[in-house]
Amino acid sequence: MDATLYKLTQLDFCALDLKLYLDTHPKDTDALAEYNKIAAEAARLRADYEGKNRPLTAGPVTGDSFVWIDEPWNWEESYN
Amino acid sequence: MWIYDKKLEFPVKIKKRDPKLAKLIITQYGGPDGELGASLRYLSQRFIAVTPEAKAVLTDIGTEELGHLEMIGAIVKQLTADCSIEEIKAGGFEPFYVEHGLGVFPQSAAGAQFSAGGIQSKGDPITDLYEDMAAEQKARSTYEYLIDMIDDPDVAAPIKFLREREIVHFQRFGEALEHVRQHLSGNHYF
Repeated sequence: MDATLYKLTQLDFCALDLKLYLDTHPKDTDALAEYNKIAAEAARLRADYEGKNRPLTAGPVTGDSFVWIDEPWNWEESYN
Repeated sequence: MWIYDKKLEFPVKIKKRDPKLAKLIITQYGGPDGELGASLRYLSQRFIAVTPEAKAVLTDIGTEELGHLEMIGAIVKQLTADCSIEEIKAGGFEPFYVEHGLGVFPQSAAGAQFSAGGIQSKGDPITDLYEDMAAEQKARSTYEYLIDMIDDPDVAAPIKFLREREIVHFQRFGEALEHVRQHLSGNHYF
């Protein structure tokens, strides 16, 4: 698996898990600070990966092909 | 609204085909304690949730379960990718194969098609959260029984990850239930 994508997968998971915690502890300022830190780091890494590789969500493209459809897709062995 | 993220919550990279195992793991795709039912249960129940915490937890866990559904689909797909007829026969995969080929179909390990009869949306915020806590425990048990059947570490890793998520979800639903109890105390208490 691409090293940046692997790291992004880890960071996104950390953010997701903290989000669930914050859903029931919305005033925990330590968790909130940690969530903000990880979410910001994940956003930077995502932009870096998408710039060098492929879009992870469908959106505007700069080239002449809609690269969103490019293979492999995420359920395929070669993607992971 | 949902936006699709073209990656898995936890990577699935299986090198060895095993249709026999796919036949068991598919139960977490469409079986009674599977991820499809989990997602449908939480995303349906949230419409009558009464506290912001419960609305958030049901939305976010219901969404995460869709991510788990695609992880299970990826595991089944990779376990059966390009299976030969000999491998299908050797793995006891023939009943599934004659109905679905190598497609991914929501059913239990025993072959029962997905049914909303395995879930509930009771219109009672306390009842629903108790159901959700029980559902997370039932899914955890299923993952533990599946782990008993798995030798391949490539398959075990994502299944163990999914088992751990059931434990976290159980915890969050318990906390949401406590918020709902406090919200309702003084009005009506069950």
